[in-house]
Amino acid sequence: MIPLPAEQLLNLHRVAPEVVLCVFGIVIMVVDPFVQAAGRRALGWLAFIGALTALASVHLAAHFPGRAYSDLVNVDRFSIFVHVVVIGAASLAILGSLDYLEGEGLQRGEYYALVLFATAGMGILAGANELVTAFIGLEMSSISSYVLAGFRRRALPSNEASVKYFLLGSFATAFFLYGIAMVYGATGTTLISGIQTFLVSLPPSQHLPALAILGLGLIFVGLGFKVVVAPFQAYAPDVYEGAPTPVTALLASAPKVATFALMLRVFYVSFGSAQHLWFWVIWISAVLTMFIGNLGALMQTNVKRMLGYSSIAHAGYILVAFAASTDLGIAAALFYLSAYVLMKVGAFLVVTHLGQQGERRLAVADYAGLGMKQPVLAACFSLFLFSLLGLPVTGGFLGKFFAFQSALDAKIVWLVVIAGINSVIGAYYYLRVIIAMYFWEPSQDYTPTPVAPALSAALLVAAAGTLYLGLLPTRVLVLAKAAADSLSLLSLR
Amino acid sequence: MFSEFIDRRAPGRYYISALNMDSSYLDIYAPLLLMFILAAGLAGVLVAASTLVGRHKHTREKDQPYECGITPTGDARAPFSVHFYLVALIFILFDIEAIFLYPWALVYHELKVFGFVEMMLYIMILLVGYIFLWKKGALDWS
Amino acid sequence: MSMIPVSWYLVLSAILFGLGVVAFVFKRNIITIFMSIELMLNAVNLAFVAFARAHNQLDGLVFVFFVIVVAAAEAAVGLAIIIMLAQNRESLNIERVNLLKF
Repeated sequence: MIPLPAEQLLNLHRVAPEVVLCVFGIVIMVVDPFVQAAGRRALGWLAFIGALTALASVHLAAHFPGRAYSDLVNVDRFSIFVHVVVIGAASLAILGSLDYLEGEGLQRGEYYALVLFATAGMGILAGANELVTAFIGLEMSSISSYVLAGFRRRALPSNEASVKYFLLGSFATAFFLYGIAMVYGATGTTLISGIQTFLVSLPPSQHLPALAILGLGLIFVGLGFKVVVAPFQAYAPDVYEGAPTPVTALLASAPKVATFALMLRVFYVSFGSAQHLWFWVIWISAVLTMFIGNLGALMQTNVKRMLGYSSIAHAGYILVAFAASTDLGIAAALFYLSAYVLMKVGAFLVVTHLGQQGERRLAVADYAGLGMKQPVLAACFSLFLFSLLGLPVTGGFLGKFFAFQSALDAKIVWLVVIAGINSVIGAYYYLRVIIAMYFWEPSQDYTPTPVAPALSAALLVAAAGTLYLGLLPTRVLVLAKAAADSLSLLSLR
Repeated sequence: MFSEFIDRRAPGRYYISALNMDSSYLDIYAPLLLMFILAAGLAGVLVAASTLVGRHKHTREKDQPYECGITPTGDARAPFSVHFYLVALIFILFDIEAIFLYPWALVYHELKVFGFVEMMLYIMILLVGYIFLWKKGALDWS
Repeated sequence: MSMIPVSWYLVLSAILFGLGVVAFVFKRNIITIFMSIELMLNAVNLAFVAFARAHNQLDGLVFVFFVIVVAAAEAAVGLAIIIMLAQNRESLNIERVNLLKF
């Protein structure tokens, strides 16, 4: 009953990434008021080092698989995989923010501290084995994101993005919590594995308790808001457009991965025995998400908003792999998520640079002739767009390929057909930007600014990663498969 | 999950004892209900009687908002400084964080040094927040 | 036995939650919308306590602590965000939050 020191040490090892992130965040917060305005940039680098240290400590945690803190936190291959993706995305976003904040006159310690806290929350989400712990993680990441979305305090779009995100985010949180309460009422536990044990041990003749089904529905509503799937997607384009662009890069990538991870855990592990119930919900949601995302993106003239819609569409493709509800489906979803993070962060970071001060240049027309003026940057952007579109040799192509393949294996043919149609629709708006960059007359009033070293490093990593996943997917795929296996070991199927 | 913290020797301590208030649970509320009905009834009768029976004469003095007999000065809904909000926000946070001290105090003797260290860490983190907002000037009133 | 059954608490909690949702959808003032979210969270707390009692466990009560604390953190951040918007926009009507549309 009294925890032994050795056990405590083991527990600490298992949550090492979160501890590191929080400690760095706190240190940055304390140091920030004592640093001159000119030295604030160093805090950004400190945050970057913190994120890298956290990545290293994921390696440490990986040596001690198991559960920590009376089964509240899970360390398995699945959570390790998600940790790496999430923290990687956060470190790229930090690199991309350094010069943006400088240009906007927003270079402040809180920003980096908030990014680190948000990342820690996502880490908790990825590893949570208990729903209220997951809720704490979700709120850590959400509350930080609300502030980050409104970080350009004097800009009205940023204010509005923040308010909308806050109101709808907390609304969704309340649903998620009510779902947890219902599941707790039905099963008497909030442990993800405990719920599974309870539901599996029910006699086959007995139906699932109605409270548990209601709870699952409410949890889907809550998490659906956070991963931005239809019909809960309405706020996302507004938030993604209004938030500062590096923040959008973070918001559109990392929280999605972490929340999807939690969703996979809850649906496959806890409610694996109720797959016949949630399958159609996921199916319908996937179809709606893909159509709304793609058709919405078609009508945009603002590149940032267009990318926001495209991230909705991508959530739909991930749901296709989700609907397959096989080990291969989980592995495909994880692979897709890692490719998605690289290309999405990359694309938004390019937009960050090209927006220039005050985020003025965001229209497709502003990208005219970029191929001649800044060939390397344009090539990078094209790579990300091709990957988002799903052309071969890029990570996005293989992600889509594996996702659709797993769905076909599970005999969900119609969903794959619809997803295929959507990929074709998606081609139009991605190609429009590429055509603008290479074939339109360059506008006269635009003077290209050189890409700052930190940003170009981030872009380089994202581009290299996208190509790596497209050319040599085996290694990551094996890891994703191992992660999926560790999840399905839990699900006893 | 937390069952290990329930004292096995004396089940019913802390929480379980609260469950045993079952005998005539509603009955004990009956007088309260009666009092509610009486209070509402009396208030209703008084208000109704004064509107039905009383004389209604509007004068300028009578229609003025009442402020302890003093002549009102200005609008009661004057906007007040944003500083109040800020202090209120900070107060809410630090006030609510103390909630975790109660369960900790309850099982303090069983957690021993571990519990003490954990709680000190928690309070340290709160202290960091306090230093941060102090240095940022959130407490300056000028 | 005349103990109030747990289902009463659950019905009350569901009603409170429903009222919160309705207020969230139909109210126009941001502060009111924000308060309706708090109402929903308190409905959740009631449900947790009722279930804790039904299962005769402490877990549900502990969760309530966490929900309260997180709700307070959310309230603080939310109010700060709303004040920021009010300063820049000088209105708290949600229909005037309309810059981001296509």
